[in-house]
Amino acid sequence: MTDHERPTLEDLEARLRAARAKGEPPGGNGNGRSGRSNASGLGLGMRIAVELVAGVMVGVGIGWALDRWLGTAPLLMVLFLFLGGAAGVMNVYRAAKGMDESVGLGQAQRRQEARRSSEEEEGGG
Amino acid sequence: MANPIEQFQIKPLVEISVGGTDLSFTNSALWMSITVVLVTSLLTAAMRRRALVPGRWQSLAELFYEFVANMIRDNVGSEGRRYFPFIFTLFMFVLFGNLLGMIPVAFTYTSHIVVTFAMAAVVFIGVTIIGFARHGTHFLRLFFPHGAPILTAPILIPIEVISYLSRPFSLAVRLFANMTVGHIILKVVAGFVVALGVFGVVPLAFLAGITVLEFGIAILQAYVFTILSCIYLNDAINMH
Repeated sequence: MTDHERPTLEDLEARLRAARAKGEPPGGNGNGRSGRSNASGLGLGMRIAVELVAGVMVGVGIGWALDRWLGTAPLLMVLFLFLGGAAGVMNVYRAAKGMDESVGLGQAQRRQEARRSSEEEEGGG
Repeated sequence: MANPIEQFQIKPLVEISVGGTDLSFTNSALWMSITVVLVTSLLTAAMRRRALVPGRWQSLAELFYEFVANMIRDNVGSEGRRYFPFIFTLFMFVLFGNLLGMIPVAFTYTSHIVVTFAMAAVVFIGVTIIGFARHGTHFLRLFFPHGAPILTAPILIPIEVISYLSRPFSLAVRLFANMTVGHIILKVVAGFVVALGVFGVVPLAFLAGITVLEFGIAILQAYVFTILSCIYLNDAINMH
């Protein structure tokens, strides 16, 4: 690293700071992003399908275990089957809406995409 | 046609038995070891020069680092920084496990639910401990949403508890199912190539497309696994 290259680095630093200060532009622009948004859509779809099944599975599991423990044969399993189904639907709803931070994958993906596209624009232009 | 399930068979390479428990070094363990050695040596070798202007390999290492660091910053915030080593390890282990599994004779350890569930359980238990350590019994508020009428508690609390307990299952099943199904499809379609003779060109073309898709899924699933861990971590750290 020779001395006369230093201003270039400082210049770079200033440009980086300016770029960061500009913040995240609103998403939904850019045209080369359809492939990536399809990929995250695929991820979200798979996530939702599994989420629904997992809720029911865990509900039935809990009901079955409680039945074995308390000896109330099928009653609790039936009850927890429905509760598990409700939990699964709730998980799916939250994942789809991205409304709850706990399952806000949609939000996170949108933020990430917005940042990526802003980086791409700066890298390209 | 070769049996499409055969590729998931665990074969002991070195028989080890301690007190009647089978602790053999299997092909699964072999590929986990390969992954760990490969990732460690790749990152160490890439960062050896620590140049201000990164070279090709250093850029790659920094790319991984920044990807995970940004993921944590976006989803957990600055509080999540201290969990970076764990999340980064998790991401690299899953990512390289998935990608190395795409090598024809390799064994994909992420296609076994025991492996994925073990990882998901570590994340789940760790997050729960962090939540209780930071918020005490206040962490239990997670199971009852703000502003809901108290009368709905008998229904809402079991649903929320089940929803919370289903997290490790959905984490584990998603990764396991994606990897298993992808590898089975590849094997089945590859079987058709030979069976159809000249017309095997059609499944061969199909196979080429699916292979590309599988590489995409390998990366995507590593990303999803990691980002969900981040989101669960965020839940425990920043309760709302």
